[in-house]
Amino acid sequence: MLGAPVRHGGDLLTEHHLKTPLSFEDVQKLALGDVVFLSGRVYTARDKAHALMRQKGCPVSLEGAALYHCGPLIREGKVLSAGPTTSGRMARYTEEILRLGVRAIIGKGGVPGEPFRNRAVYLAFPGGCGAAAALQLNVTGVHLQELGMAESLWVFEAKSLGPMIVAIDTHGNDLYQEVRRSAIERTKI
Amino acid sequence: MRNVVIDATVRALQRAQTSLPDWVLQRIEAAARHETNSVARSHLEFMLKNVRIARETRLPLCQDTGLPIFHVEMGRDLLLDFDLREAVAEGVRIATEQIPLRPNVVDPLTRKNSGNNTGQGMPDIILEIVDGRGLCLTAFPKGAGSENMSIVGMLNPADDPFDFILKTVAERATNACPPLFLGIGLGGTFDLAARLAKRALFNMPGSSPMEMDLLRRVNALGIGPMGLGGDTTALGVKIERAFCHTASLPVAINFQCWAHRCATEVIF
Repeated sequence: MLGAPVRHGGDLLTEHHLKTPLSFEDVQKLALGDVVFLSGRVYTARDKAHALMRQKGCPVSLEGAALYHCGPLIREGKVLSAGPTTSGRMARYTEEILRLGVRAIIGKGGVPGEPFRNRAVYLAFPGGCGAAAALQLNVTGVHLQELGMAESLWVFEAKSLGPMIVAIDTHGNDLYQEVRRSAIERTKI
Repeated sequence: MRNVVIDATVRALQRAQTSLPDWVLQRIEAAARHETNSVARSHLEFMLKNVRIARETRLPLCQDTGLPIFHVEMGRDLLLDFDLREAVAEGVRIATEQIPLRPNVVDPLTRKNSGNNTGQGMPDIILEIVDGRGLCLTAFPKGAGSENMSIVGMLNPADDPFDFILKTVAERATNACPPLFLGIGLGGTFDLAARLAKRALFNMPGSSPMEMDLLRRVNALGIGPMGLGGDTTALGVKIERAFCHTASLPVAINFQCWAHRCATEVIF
């Protein structure tokens, strides 16, 4: 028998307004399907920044940080478009990134949930919504600029970045995994 | 005349990057109205808000401004005294600077970025010869999220191609930024199937009984916007067919994200 479709959050979604740096207590209270708006410092990193950090270490402290899988479009220090990129490509680095103290990874599509247990959450920013995200972000710094615009490690100041959906919680529960499992089950009928 | 093509290329890219075709917007709006999952609805509503912001600010609606792909229809009686490919490439370089676009185009091995969204084989121009002496160019910037999930399956003729499509969508849709538009190439050869699938995306919308049935089955998977669950997994399915070898069944799926960006300029 086919189960009910995966559903979290109910009709009224629970909203949280958080500020970085994040403590474990800040993220521990977040449940799958909750909505988060995040203010404060946010770092971007994608493929090349992760690979370089593995070799040479991270140029900034990631204790309590929010790390955004994002390759922004930036012109003269202004964010023009900055939605999430596919997190799956960075999945191989999750363990070492979380070991540096990151409390929230922001992206789209998710990564395996196990490393998040008792440490951090994964927040899903709506993919393709770069123009809306740009209105919520200001550039305050940049590292690894030699990697080019999309691959640099940008430092943003976020003003209520969101709505983001809690897709992996601190118990390692994984909304993407639940949805995918149910979808694959549904192809068998 | 070369300048006319360059200008049309820039205009088509500007429009494609900062707005969506009406029929695409209407489908997202309808989905937002009918969606019963609240997480999914919040995503769909934010997507619509994002499109409004992009139109008002004239800035790219997605930071992944994609690869420069163009569909060009050229009249068989038209004579050009310049290199069409080179003129479109020049338009891409200007658009990259003007709009601006994120430089996405890199060498496949050294990964060195050309900085202007052109390079060997890029822009990709899909040229079609038609009757008459007109010239019409469609910009179809394609992001990596959805393109990376696309696939060509060389099936056994005894296999059910729709089974293959459903299983592939169930496994791959999440990273392709759903709700999706699915371009399906059925038959042909390994590469023709892929071209048919891309052509299907150019030629949307599809509404044959076969396409509507596949759309219904994809939405029944419950993957929802961005893979977070919901009723809205796909907004459109289009199937293009070609005859194939009696021993083959090529099936290509070209995933297209919800932001089905395309804009056409009729040059003459």
